[in-house]
Amino acid sequence: MSRLLKWVRAHLVVLAGLLALAYLVLPNLVVLAFSFNKPSGKFNYEWNQFSTDAWTDPCGVADMCGSLSLSLQIAVLATVGATVLGTMVAFALARYRFRGRGGATGLIFLPMAMPEVVMAASLGTLFLNMRIPFGFTTILIAHIMFCLSFVVTAVKARVMSMDPRLEQAAQDLYATPVQTFLKVTLPLAAPGIAAGALLSFALSFDDFIITQFNSGPTTVTFPMFVWGASQRGIPVQVNVIGTAMFLAAVVLTVVGQWVGNRRKASA
Amino acid sequence: MTATTEAAPTQVIPPQERPPRRRLTPYWLLLPGLAWLVVFFVVPMVYQASTSLQTGSLEQGFQLTWHFSTYWDALSEYKWHFVRSFGFSAVATLLCLAIGYPLAYTIAFKASKRWRNVILILVIAPFFTSFLIRTLAWKTILSDSGPVVETLNALHLLSLTDALGLTTGQRLLATPLAVICGLTYNFLPFMILPLYTSLERIDPRLHEAAGDLYARPFTTFRKVTFPISLPGVVAGTLLTFIPASGDYINAQLLGSPSEQMIGNAIQKQFLNVLDYPTAAALSFILMALILGMVTVYMRKAGTEELV
Repeated sequence: MSRLLKWVRAHLVVLAGLLALAYLVLPNLVVLAFSFNKPSGKFNYEWNQFSTDAWTDPCGVADMCGSLSLSLQIAVLATVGATVLGTMVAFALARYRFRGRGGATGLIFLPMAMPEVVMAASLGTLFLNMRIPFGFTTILIAHIMFCLSFVVTAVKARVMSMDPRLEQAAQDLYATPVQTFLKVTLPLAAPGIAAGALLSFALSFDDFIITQFNSGPTTVTFPMFVWGASQRGIPVQVNVIGTAMFLAAVVLTVVGQWVGNRRKASA
Repeated sequence: MTATTEAAPTQVIPPQERPPRRRLTPYWLLLPGLAWLVVFFVVPMVYQASTSLQTGSLEQGFQLTWHFSTYWDALSEYKWHFVRSFGFSAVATLLCLAIGYPLAYTIAFKASKRWRNVILILVIAPFFTSFLIRTLAWKTILSDSGPVVETLNALHLLSLTDALGLTTGQRLLATPLAVICGLTYNFLPFMILPLYTSLERIDPRLHEAAGDLYARPFTTFRKVTFPISLPGVVAGTLLTFIPASGDYINAQLLGSPSEQMIGNAIQKQFLNVLDYPTAAALSFILMALILGMVTVYMRKAGTEELV
């Protein structure tokens, strides 16, 4: 007993860390388990009976897969928009000293330091006053707006840590500026750009607050669908999608790290 | 997360080596992105400031009447929403720090390289999974006849939290404790990642040095590790507290309708009541209060010599 107690005391930090990890993963496990449930009522909160119905028929719920595909479209477009705009801003901030640089940095930082509901309400008020109809376009505009800062932060961190001498070397070897950019600068910055793009995809795909204020009644993204379902009744398929997303995220990050390690090893 | 060294200086190319038009390059690079932010972030804020001072209705339209009392009315009607928002968020932030620090420490110092990656994936993966679905899962976990409630009841802990006003009727769902639990869960990764980044930079030899000087592990933590990790603590608490205080999802899904947060009020005024001036005034009060608290906090955390 005292040996056990000693062991616990010696590994207290790790044990607390593992408990924290369990806290983080627990809901995902519940979502996984309840994707195999056959609920007795409209809500899937209590275990009733094992069933694989939802997995064999994931799109069996009206409107769910439509909302999923809408979310994917918006996330892809928002990622492209935010990544292009954000990468340009990041290069400007990381590579140049110019008048107004501090102000630009501050403006980039602000959206990340503001509660989402404040941004959501103010943009919604603008669209309302301008009589711009809510829908796909307004959601896309809003998503590019709040993803932009995260892309800038990710790309800027990478560009700052790049050695500018590599580009100078390319120029010394008679590479044109375009060649230098495509063959040296862009490959070096790629991990930062990829991180920024991945983050903005995840943020856009999962965003609820900003979307709710800027989507109007008929454009329903996947988080909006889940929100509506939480009031009307939750189909088991929601848990299937949640589980699939978790697994996809794990696979994606594992592959990403594996590729990263291989690149490091070969470099 | 990619580790970044900010120390690496960016070399500035002397201007005379370049043709003069290069000086405009940064502005051309900035223009589209900053224009987007100005049009869809700054202008809306200004617009909202004017909306908060308007009166009218959706049918008749809104006019700018400099109606400052909207602020006063909103503040007096929703003062408890503000109190709850900041109270719940503060508790959730402290819990995030208490729960997140050991995990960040474990990843940074105790885990082997392979495990470090596994744990980091498990911390980051929730970012990519629908958080609404995971928040709903807490309804199952905290349900009245569930194992959590039964365990806490067996330990008589729910009678204690009942007495403290955190729970009611020895149940967890639809109580402040459930909201705090959801907030803590949702924003925990935002605490862990900055903590991990700042811990990872610490040279392990500092720990050995402290040990060599006969410091007990806790003393090493208190005098060496924690002070160096302070930038991570500051970043983590801000990244947790700010979004948590504006959140309305946890209060809606896990809390009771009578104890909602300020985000719920803004959402209701904007989307249901269609009282845009009040929604605007509430957002501005929320923003101002957060800004004030963050300024005070940053000043404290920045100047206080940390021993």
